[in-house]
Amino acid sequence: MTASLGSAALGLAFLTAIFAAVAALLGRDGKGRWVELSRRAVYGLFGLLTLCVILIEIAFAGDDFSLRIVQQHSSIETPIFYKLAAMWSSQEGSLLLWAWVLSIASSLALYATRSKLREIVPYATAVMAGIAATFTGMMLFAGGVNPFAALSPAPADGIGLNPLLQHPSMMIHPPMLYSGYVAFTIPFAFAVGALIARRLDAAWIRSTRRFALIAWAFLGLGLLLGARWSYTELGWGGYWAWDPVENAALMPWLMGTAFLHSIMVQEKRGMLKVWNACLIVATFSLALLGTFLVRSGVLQSIHAFGDSTVGPYILGLIAVVLVGSTALIVSRLDDLRSEKRIDSLASRESVFLVNNFLLVALTATIFWGTFFPLISELFTGEKASLAAPWFDRYTTPLAIGLVLFTGIGPLLAWRRVSWDAAKHVFFVPTIVAAAVGAGLALFTDAAGSLWALALFAFAAFALTGLAQEFWRGAAARRSLSGGSMPAALVAVVSRNRRRYGGYIVHAGVAVLLIGIAASSSFQTNRDVRLRPGESAVVDGRTVTYERPTVGVDRNAFTFGAVLGVEQGGKRFTLYPSRRFFRPTGVETGTIGSFFDGEATSEVGLKAGAGSDLWTAVQPEISRLRRRVRAADQGFRACVSGAPGTPPQCRAVSRLMRAAAVNPRLRPLALAQIDSLQAATAERLAKSYLADDVPATFRVIVDPLVTWIWIGGLIALAGALIAIWPARNARRGLAADTELEALKEAKYREIRDAELDHAAGKLSDGDFALLDAELRRDAVEILDRANGNGARAVAERTRPSEPV
Amino acid sequence: MDPSRKRKIRLVVALGAAVLLAVALVYTSFSASTEAKEPSQLLGAAPGTSYELTGKVVKGSVRHEGEGLRFRVADRDDASQSIPVTYSGTVPDPFRGGREIVLAGTVERGVFVGERDTLVTKCPSKFTTASNDS
Repeated sequence: MTASLGSAALGLAFLTAIFAAVAALLGRDGKGRWVELSRRAVYGLFGLLTLCVILIEIAFAGDDFSLRIVQQHSSIETPIFYKLAAMWSSQEGSLLLWAWVLSIASSLALYATRSKLREIVPYATAVMAGIAATFTGMMLFAGGVNPFAALSPAPADGIGLNPLLQHPSMMIHPPMLYSGYVAFTIPFAFAVGALIARRLDAAWIRSTRRFALIAWAFLGLGLLLGARWSYTELGWGGYWAWDPVENAALMPWLMGTAFLHSIMVQEKRGMLKVWNACLIVATFSLALLGTFLVRSGVLQSIHAFGDSTVGPYILGLIAVVLVGSTALIVSRLDDLRSEKRIDSLASRESVFLVNNFLLVALTATIFWGTFFPLISELFTGEKASLAAPWFDRYTTPLAIGLVLFTGIGPLLAWRRVSWDAAKHVFFVPTIVAAAVGAGLALFTDAAGSLWALALFAFAAFALTGLAQEFWRGAAARRSLSGGSMPAALVAVVSRNRRRYGGYIVHAGVAVLLIGIAASSSFQTNRDVRLRPGESAVVDGRTVTYERPTVGVDRNAFTFGAVLGVEQGGKRFTLYPSRRFFRPTGVETGTIGSFFDGEATSEVGLKAGAGSDLWTAVQPEISRLRRRVRAADQGFRACVSGAPGTPPQCRAVSRLMRAAAVNPRLRPLALAQIDSLQAATAERLAKSYLADDVPATFRVIVDPLVTWIWIGGLIALAGALIAIWPARNARRGLAADTELEALKEAKYREIRDAELDHAAGKLSDGDFALLDAELRRDAVEILDRANGNGARAVAERTRPSEPV
Repeated sequence: MDPSRKRKIRLVVALGAAVLLAVALVYTSFSASTEAKEPSQLLGAAPGTSYELTGKVVKGSVRHEGEGLRFRVADRDDASQSIPVTYSGTVPDPFRGGREIVLAGTVERGVFVGERDTLVTKCPSKFTTASNDS
């Protein structure tokens, strides 16, 4: 029932996507009816895919094992939270998620542009619908990846979800990454539309910038959650390993970062048009590549990839995207000429250029390293791979350069910076950076790593510069409208969300990089072997293995340790443990089977602002396993009713023989065996406590690692502030037409210039020139609006509000 | 300096930096990389050379010895080709018989001696179509 209904919905979704693409193309030369139809079709696509997702989730929640996806990734015993999240732990479910998120993003984008960008929207719709058709088509036709594939007869229970994946953050992490990947489709589609329609001003950027920012934030959150999961769950103590799958998500994020910066240059100055088009094509292709890598088996990675049938499809899509976009950009080179030139090297736009260069270099390095096995196979015939030290060698200096420009960029005004203005804005941050650098070199052992020292000094520069920006902005606001300083700060931030949201992101990234530099350069990492009662001293902390612990349940053996820690006069206790899971989907088995399934580490972690103490345990269980083997043998003898076995054995073996004749007795017999076995398992596990064997502990003292997570959250908060609609838009006064959007943008530019002037970034003379020019532009836009007989825009215009 | 000349200089500097980085990447990557080999390719390996061993851990071959591990690794597609391995250091959670691993090390007297803390075990896939074989 679910299977046929779902398959029908999915098939209909595929046809709807194709119809939307065709209708959009038919409506290209201003034929509004077709465009309207195609938009409705995209909304319909969203409805159909939502139905598919709901059907799958109902099947998971209701243990409908007649669906293959449910049987393979869930079981009756799987907790409900993981049942609902199990959809995207499967190949087919993750494709459905991709298509569904795309339909959400496309619908939102088309709704937002329903009365704008008439020339561009038809082509953009065709691109979005075409990609949606590719993904829904893949599920239907690639083979083996239809989420509604049925099993007949339906099995009684499912295999269950891998215990390693049963981690709260792991279950939010994939949808975050997907949403990030998918949302980059929107700016890509509109860029293609703008290129085809030759509408190459910044209108398409204004309409899709928010989507790019949302994609960037989602992808960033996905990366952060993945790193956190690795740190707390994988038992190796790190958060980043330059693994191909990690790199695959990092590359589009870095490219997206470059794109978000350089589109500002196009918006404000009409420059870098070719560059922006190339960046969004690269970002989207890298996002597709990330989707592809996880499903291809091309590269060796910790994340084992099943070879699957969809690889060639995605690769084909990437090829179409790359070839098509390149041809399009080349054929439009004449229309992509810059409207203006860079006035001065000391200006925000040229800092953006340098930052773009660094980000692209970083991406290129990671790309080369990630795909090196394929490259080397091509040239030398041998698959050779590059390890973390190679990546670090290049990414460290590039990241340090980025931190510096994170600080410099916000301090510079657009166009040009006069010497006086530069002195005014650079003085305090430079002094602070020098003081921090010197202080760290003299009073700590930070000088042991010059790269780290440079990063700390540059980060201090960036953070001071940003604080100064906030301070001066608030002061400028206060001098105009009075009130308290905090109130002025709130007011100036909420009136200039993009600017200050961006600054907060910069501060977050600086904090995050401080955490990375400190924890990677000054980490103490030791493996110690301790008997119960013994202690070891790691970086000034005394770690005592007080006693072992053990736990048994139906699914797992847990061997833990109670670790007493003394750190600077303070005492606390950590409980690292290691769990051995029974293989899932096995009805009954031996006790030894506990050691055949997954094993997971539960880390004993004491997080702190200064440093984390991270511990994991590797219990010594070879003696226990010998006893388990012996017990299993004894148990087999018992059940078979061999002579000399205890009385309850004979009872069970009689029951088994009876069950062989009468199948209705079978559950009873199995339950008997189960409870006997559980009692034995518990007794055996307890015997581990008496073994008094040593265990191996990994103890890591990780300085400032907490600031990675804090910095990431700060950056995310900044992104949210920048994404949040301005007050007018929230009141329903959104800029409905392109002209109004243009007007809003010009007003914002005027406000920006005033703010820069008030904060001392623009000299009086430069400001007077700039302001006059911007106001001329604004008047021209207003004239156009009135001349066009558009709604009485003039009525709603207001004189530019101060700051 | 006239503006067009200035622009040209900027372009040359940027391109120069890009080319320099590219050359450095290419040059260092070939010398810094380690060759990935399957057990069957390691049988005649030169002692002392570092390799990256890839393959499947033979089921039932894992033995704990003191702080270290001893196991056999076989070719991914041919279980009959295998090599003994010794290793000490962190053992990733997913490690066990039947799993695919990557391990850096050298071959000494027919035994692959793993470098400390370089053992990488492939995660049980989220996307494999095969069920959990154990």
